[in-house]
Amino acid sequence: MIDVQQITKRYGQHTAIDRVTFSVAKGEVLAFLGPNGAGKTTTMRILTCFMPATEGTATVAGYDCLEQPLEVKRRIGYLPETPPVYLELTVDEYLRFVGRLRGLTGGMLTSAMSREIDRLGLGSVQHRLIGNLSRGYRQRVGLAQALIHDPPILILDEPTVGLDPKQIIEIRELIKSLAGSHSVILSTHILPEATAVCQRVVIISGGRIVAEDTPDRLSARLRHSEKIALTLTRAPADAEARLRQLDGVLHVHGNGPSGHFLLESQLGKDIREDIARLAVNNDWGLIELKLISMTLEDVFLQLTHREEGFSLGSGEAAASGSPATLTSVDRMDPPS
Amino acid sequence: MTPVNTLLAKELRSYFVSPIIYVVGAVFLLIVGLLAYIYIVFTGVQAIQLMQVQGQAQLNLNDLVFRNLFSSLRFVLLIVLPILTMRLFAEEKKLRTFEFLMTSPIGLNEIVAGKFVSVFLLFLGLLGLTGLIPLTLALFSDFDWYPILTGYLGVMLLGALFVSVGVLASALTENQIVAAFVSFGLLLFLWLLAGVGSLLGDTPLGQVVSYLSFMEHYDHLVRGLVDTRDLVYFVSAMVLMLFLTHRVVDSTRWK
Repeated sequence: MIDVQQITKRYGQHTAIDRVTFSVAKGEVLAFLGPNGAGKTTTMRILTCFMPATEGTATVAGYDCLEQPLEVKRRIGYLPETPPVYLELTVDEYLRFVGRLRGLTGGMLTSAMSREIDRLGLGSVQHRLIGNLSRGYRQRVGLAQALIHDPPILILDEPTVGLDPKQIIEIRELIKSLAGSHSVILSTHILPEATAVCQRVVIISGGRIVAEDTPDRLSARLRHSEKIALTLTRAPADAEARLRQLDGVLHVHGNGPSGHFLLESQLGKDIREDIARLAVNNDWGLIELKLISMTLEDVFLQLTHREEGFSLGSGEAAASGSPATLTSVDRMDPPS
Repeated sequence: MTPVNTLLAKELRSYFVSPIIYVVGAVFLLIVGLLAYIYIVFTGVQAIQLMQVQGQAQLNLNDLVFRNLFSSLRFVLLIVLPILTMRLFAEEKKLRTFEFLMTSPIGLNEIVAGKFVSVFLLFLGLLGLTGLIPLTLALFSDFDWYPILTGYLGVMLLGALFVSVGVLASALTENQIVAAFVSFGLLLFLWLLAGVGSLLGDTPLGQVVSYLSFMEHYDHLVRGLVDTRDLVYFVSAMVLMLFLTHRVVDSTRWK
């Protein structure tokens, strides 16, 4: 449904996105993941025909974004970063305006409006001015706007920003329910969201795609070791040293007094049984032993912040820094 | 509804649910009414003086009331129309609905046309209300309707030009105050070209500069003179402004 080939966007000297290539199949939900300023919004703006790419081609539903923008626009539902609402209209008036603009009339319009009001929980505010609504409601009105003409393609720029936790879950469920019949691209910097909703993740940093795969496979291929968390109630002073002597253990990060340990072992080697035996035989009071799988968060940090060494909180600093992290999927280490 | 009509209806709705049209409309009608009152009373005073001196008075209402009124209308429109047009694009950009509009299945021509026509219709509505002045006056006196109708044609064309300049100014910025000021500036500049033209006198350059100002074209229509050259001036100036708006809006996508 969406096919992007080598698109580059330059603003003067600054390159916002650099030779980005990806595609989205029908019914697929793709997450665009990246720190602020990585080029997510720029890519989306090119796909929605808001701005043209400097180089490369973007095709949506078989239509070229540059050649036939109107055909593309008819088939896209787009939620920009800021919900595009007119503050002086009521929710009803706004949705009617949007529906008509997208060619809905009469009974089709009425049923589309009540469907969206229903599924986004706007019933209680439908006669109120949008200017008087909270951020969360405006965001939902923005989503209703993108969905009202039931487009085959949805492009959602951070769809859950400003919503409360319950609403976030509802919206994620909604997006999941759209998968299959709709192709969805959503951008986010909330990592669990990508894991929860998407079949495929594209990680973009400094304007380049640094990784593209399913959430599970991404974390698998970046894993160099198994991590195990261990908690002991009666850990002796030499517990750390003795754990290190176990076969296959690479590192032990211990915190003696509290009894928490983090062990790293060779990939593919499960040492949990050995640890358990050691702890039980010595009566160390084993109360917790678990394998920690690498989260998407770890993958993300590893890919986008490898050189800067910043934590997730300082995404902006990383984004403005050099894009010389991992420059292509090929350079990633294969799972051994 | 076609996309243009949909946009047009929404723009009109936005004006009527905000206080702007009521305030601007009230001030416009008040000032025009007051001006008409002043000119009518002034004419009455002159009539009484002439009666005392000559024993009879035959005053031309077309000259003394309506020509003055149409001349003064230029000032009023110069103030009022930029206020009406300033929000058209500037507000969309400020509230980030611009991106929404540009990614909706509606062409740029249609967007510019919808915006222009919405304010032009508001202006026509307000102008229509001033029609009460000649209608009331017709109950009590005699005057020639022809120059009044051509005068109204002139005001309509002048208003269309002012609105198109305002649309362009609004497309240039996301700040409404700046938009209003830019249209004031552009319109005053067009106005003053007439002065520059008469300074240059009857030279080819002077004639060109004078032609570029709307003053003499408007004046012809107010005096009851319908000349194709004047109509061509207004229509082509307006089309040029809307074309420039189209280019400006289109170019913001590339930045």
